Amino acid sequence: MTRIVHRRDIIPGQTVEMVLHAPAIAAAARPGHFVILRVHPMGERIPLTIADADAAAGTITIVFLVVGTTTARLAQLSEGEEILDVCGPLGQATHLVRVGKVVCVGGGTGIAAMHHIAKGHAQVGNQVTAVIGARSADLLLFEEELGRFCHEVLVATNDGSRGVRGLVTDALRRHLAIHPDVAEVVAVGPVPMMRAVAELTRPLGIKTVVSLNSIMVDGMGMCGACRVRVGGEIRFACVDGPEFDGHAVDFDELAARLTAFVPQERQSYGCLGVCHG
Amino acid sequence: MARGKIRPRVPMPMQDPLVRRGNFHEVALGYTREQAMAEASRCLQCTKPTCQSGCPVEVDCKGFIAHLAQGDVEGAFAVIRHTNSLPAVCGRVCPQEKQCERACKLAPTGEPIAIGRLERFVADAYYTSDACASAIAAASHCRMPQRDVRVACVGSGPSSLTAAGLLAALGAQVTVFEGLHEIGGVLVYGIPEFRLPKRIVATEVEHLRRLGVEFRTNWVVGQTIGLRALLERGYQAVFVGTGAGLPQFPGIPGESLLGVYSANEYLTRVNLMRAYEFPRADTPLPQGRRVTVIGGGNVAMDAARTALRLGALEVTIVYRRTQAEMPCRQEELEHAVEEGVRVRELVAPVAFEGDGKGWLAGLRVEHMVLGEPDDSGRRRPIPTGTTEVLPTDLCIIGIGTGPNPVLLRATPELARNRWGYIVTDPETGETSIPMVFAGGDIVTGAATVVLAMGAGRRAAQEIARRLGLV
Repeated sequence: MTRIVHRRDIIPGQTVEMVLHAPAIAAAARPGHFVILRVHPMGERIPLTIADADAAAGTITIVFLVVGTTTARLAQLSEGEEILDVCGPLGQATHLVRVGKVVCVGGGTGIAAMHHIAKGHAQVGNQVTAVIGARSADLLLFEEELGRFCHEVLVATNDGSRGVRGLVTDALRRHLAIHPDVAEVVAVGPVPMMRAVAELTRPLGIKTVVSLNSIMVDGMGMCGACRVRVGGEIRFACVDGPEFDGHAVDFDELAARLTAFVPQERQSYGCLGVCHG
Repeated sequence: MARGKIRPRVPMPMQDPLVRRGNFHEVALGYTREQAMAEASRCLQCTKPTCQSGCPVEVDCKGFIAHLAQGDVEGAFAVIRHTNSLPAVCGRVCPQEKQCERACKLAPTGEPIAIGRLERFVADAYYTSDACASAIAAASHCRMPQRDVRVACVGSGPSSLTAAGLLAALGAQVTVFEGLHEIGGVLVYGIPEFRLPKRIVATEVEHLRRLGVEFRTNWVVGQTIGLRALLERGYQAVFVGTGAGLPQFPGIPGESLLGVYSANEYLTRVNLMRAYEFPRADTPLPQGRRVTVIGGGNVAMDAARTALRLGALEVTIVYRRTQAEMPCRQEELEHAVEEGVRVRELVAPVAFEGDGKGWLAGLRVEHMVLGEPDDSGRRRPIPTGTTEVLPTDLCIIGIGTGPNPVLLRATPELARNRWGYIVTDPETGETSIPMVFAGGDIVTGAATVVLAMGAGRRAAQEIARRLGLV
């Protein structure tokens, strides 16, 4: 059982941040890692990226969007309550080396995962520019937190309510035009966004890392649900990733595999509060 | 022992195939006390028994059967338990026809003593007896005086549970680290309820808990904590039993189509996550009307029979050799066929075909013929060039597994062989890191529950010797 030390709605009814007391995970967590959690005995196992970790305090931070049964159930938990199972840290940590200028792109809830990676890059001495985007200003996450260690934070919103009007790729394109010496781009967010970032950097030859949100069950290399095609090879996002070379990922296949359980997910969500009494 | 006509084997009561294909209750119902005693009395009580050496954990079959023939269940249990930590499991899932029962002197008659069924009876009868309740009560009050010896077991499958049980019985303080949320490893995520009910595993685990074994779930050694860190934190020895859980895919076109699953994923969703109760359980389940299962081992049988129970109209096992070469337990194949699973022999998958919308629609197979025996001693399948498409909307791949990579990647100094399995001293089970031992599928590749238990037992004996427990 893992206690929720702190809980807040980042975006009411949509995005929640939780700080969990998990000393062993906090001590081992590195940027790029994720946890798998389960909320109740009949619940499913879902992966969530570790948005931040504090080894001294023994806590990790998770940020999630309420999209289905498990996240809805998780969102109902209050400060002081416990989560049934939290397992981690899982996955390969981000490869962090001093390369110079790094741009970290985050979209939607992906900004939370990107936050931990961006922090890691800053800690090894890279000059980090964050590019974050959302539909509107009230849906933006972590702008202030990123500002604490990033060289600059560029914002794009679809409706222009904050930063530039448009997509993160518009802001990224402009930034790369001014800074052709960017050594690495990291993109975390919805599949179309990661694909668009990878297509933007491909002709420029800039190394681009994406963090994939595949469907998982065990998260330890046992089930193969999370398989993705990278450079023509089958890889498992849980143990080989979740980060891969964005120029080699087969995004079509990833997008298709993410739809595998959509009808069941709707059915399960519709059943929430009815089936469990 | 009186000479003369040997009585036939006492048949095992079974659920009717037409009924059981619609439920997850255990297929084999178990002997009654009278049936067990009658079967036990068939035993010749040979002067030089061979059955014991046919068992990887060397259960004294003759000894326990002698007790049972007299109706002494407790005595029989004590004999079995002396070498076997998981008798109720072994009595259900061991391939007895290839082990103890093959070594039985009556085997040439085609009717060896039903040693596995007797072992199961003894364990089940003991666990529900007053003697068990009082033994458990006594064990929890006055267990073996614990010595200042700490041992960690990594993983909670059959090899680790066996090592943990033996070491705890000898007075070590044992902690078992399990990555998943339930204890039992492949016994809970892999083997379905109709073959091994979860309450049986839970009973055996509870037995170990009462012996003083500590269980920590949601701990992934190699991620949550490193192997070296365990040694630094005061565990004097570590037993690694992380299994061969990494699913293999055939590497043919179309395997990323929706509707193509590894048997591990399919069985984990059903067994561990209880997806058969969806939507009461949150984990969704891949549904199929025409299901194809690739493989000929126990895992393939389990997947096929599970699909049938979940409402598939048609389930077909696809195997590149013939039924005679299938590595599964004979009984599982028979049960599957009785329940209505079809078997297509001598066909090998060559491509998954889609419906144009990303979903699986068919499996293209190539017809094979059998050639000369290969390294495995089985006749090698030879492609003929003729193919056909089997219409299917759900395909489950059960063609084997590789070593679980998590701990291995975090511990590159741990010596491995060319297939990626951990190298150990065959006598002691010790790895290239002193006081780190390993056993089970992570050493041998996918094998049987009882072989893994044998390895756990050998390593535990060596650990006990090194740490002065014996």
